[in-house]
Amino acid sequence: MQIEIDQISKEFGATAALHPVSLSIPSGALVALLGPSGSGKTTLLRILGGLEFPTAGRVLFDASDATNLTVQDRRAGFVFQSYALFRHMTVFENIAYGLRARPRAGRPAKAEIARRVTKLLELIQLPDIGARYPSQLSGGQCQRVALARALAIEPRMLLLDEPFGALDARVRKELRAGLREIHDTTGLTTIFVTHDQDEAMELADLVVVMSMGRIEQIGRPQDIRARPATAFVKEFLAV
Amino acid sequence: MSDTPTHHWPKPTGSQAHRPVTTEFPGFRFGLIAVVVLFLALLLFAPLVAVFAEALSKGAIEAVKSLANPEASSAIKLTLIVAAVAVPLNAVFGIAAAWFITKYDFRGKALLITLIDLPFSVSPVVAGLCLVLTFGANTAVGGWMVAHGYPIVFALPSIILASMFVTFPFVARELIPVMIEQGKAEEEAALTLGASGWRIFFTVTLPNIRWALLYGVLLCNARAMGEFGAVAVVSGKIRGQTATMPITIEMLYNEYLSVSAFSLAAVLALLALLTLTLKTLLEWRFADQLAAAHRP
Repeated sequence: MQIEIDQISKEFGATAALHPVSLSIPSGALVALLGPSGSGKTTLLRILGGLEFPTAGRVLFDASDATNLTVQDRRAGFVFQSYALFRHMTVFENIAYGLRARPRAGRPAKAEIARRVTKLLELIQLPDIGARYPSQLSGGQCQRVALARALAIEPRMLLLDEPFGALDARVRKELRAGLREIHDTTGLTTIFVTHDQDEAMELADLVVVMSMGRIEQIGRPQDIRARPATAFVKEFLAV
Repeated sequence: MSDTPTHHWPKPTGSQAHRPVTTEFPGFRFGLIAVVVLFLALLLFAPLVAVFAEALSKGAIEAVKSLANPEASSAIKLTLIVAAVAVPLNAVFGIAAAWFITKYDFRGKALLITLIDLPFSVSPVVAGLCLVLTFGANTAVGGWMVAHGYPIVFALPSIILASMFVTFPFVARELIPVMIEQGKAEEEAALTLGASGWRIFFTVTLPNIRWALLYGVLLCNARAMGEFGAVAVVSGKIRGQTATMPITIEMLYNEYLSVSAFSLAAVLALLALLTLTLKTLLEWRFADQLAAAHRP
């Protein structure tokens, strides 16, 4: 799905989290929102997911206005920074949650739900953990379950908030490859937030560098590396 | 995380090596334990034993007989009715208040939290008097209700209101810290998965707070059954009609009917012990889930 962000701004009380920003994301792209903490990248992601509403501006999905669409109607697969798995449910129930929450008319039958969950567990290469509880999983496993849960609703896009933030370096590398693979097989427009430039540069087709609620530069990783547009980008990449 | 450097501090030597740093010296430890045990025995255990001993001083038959008289049995019935109405209502209001306070940001939040604690700081007698002043027969609301045959004060409604006022904070106070700690992330996740508000409440929020809710409800129940001050003011203490168990116990005691008074007191204490046993049983039965819920 193609996403158009048109002059979006967000104020929390007196502080501006986002100055008007505009961004066009082509369908099927894998995009990184890169910046230090407080740069507004998570706010922008949450606005796309419908968890925050912009103070001004519009969001367009496939050229139709989605600004006032409720979070439920957006069908955005969202992976939270701390995963936010339902701790009292098994992995199976976690992944099935979105399907079971559908209105009766669109809800798949029990066997169909089981089939889809099994397939998703295979996709994240953890076929045997359906009966376990989140507290019995490692950080990397939790992250993959969160991804499977988001994919279960057949989302129109995939939004990930610092998806690898809480993991150690080795697992992070592994999961990066996993996300790339899932993106390539599903073809979903995928946007992830990160403060790690290596992660952004290695994984994304398109990198959006943000600072202080503004977009500093948009471009392919190699172009940003070769020609930083502003002093901030230059300095940020030099670290 | 795993990339934090590991420091190699010099190992402690001598006798200190065997003692964890947070442990006190044996003599001191023994002293502390002795103080606690003595304190518990004197303040909690001895009075409880005394109540039962006094109730059974003329034999079990005498004690049971005293409970069978109409005054005592009506008091037991009334107390159970009051708890059965007040506790569920307070559970609902407590959940609503905790939900409102923890899931939304708004002005005056601190004031609202303070207001929830009000019943803890106001004397129950004062609370009872406030209810009489608000709903008494010579007020607009109270008068209208009396005219239509449903008096509030000196009748069941005021006893329920008084019990609810006094026990209001229990559920909310148990829930607020738990819900603050859990944050909004799971609810947000459920939203992005397409769930409606009610569905999220019943499938995500409620299961996550069920233990805190249970504690709150049990405490609320114990307190509702035992409330004296506020109920004494609003009930009018009509024998066999508006006298709850604590009120009846006091009346019997003042009339030197010590076996009857202490038998009823023993029943009230048993109800409280039953509450605690129930809590312990549930904790034991669901220990795994309890442990699972505490880890992230």
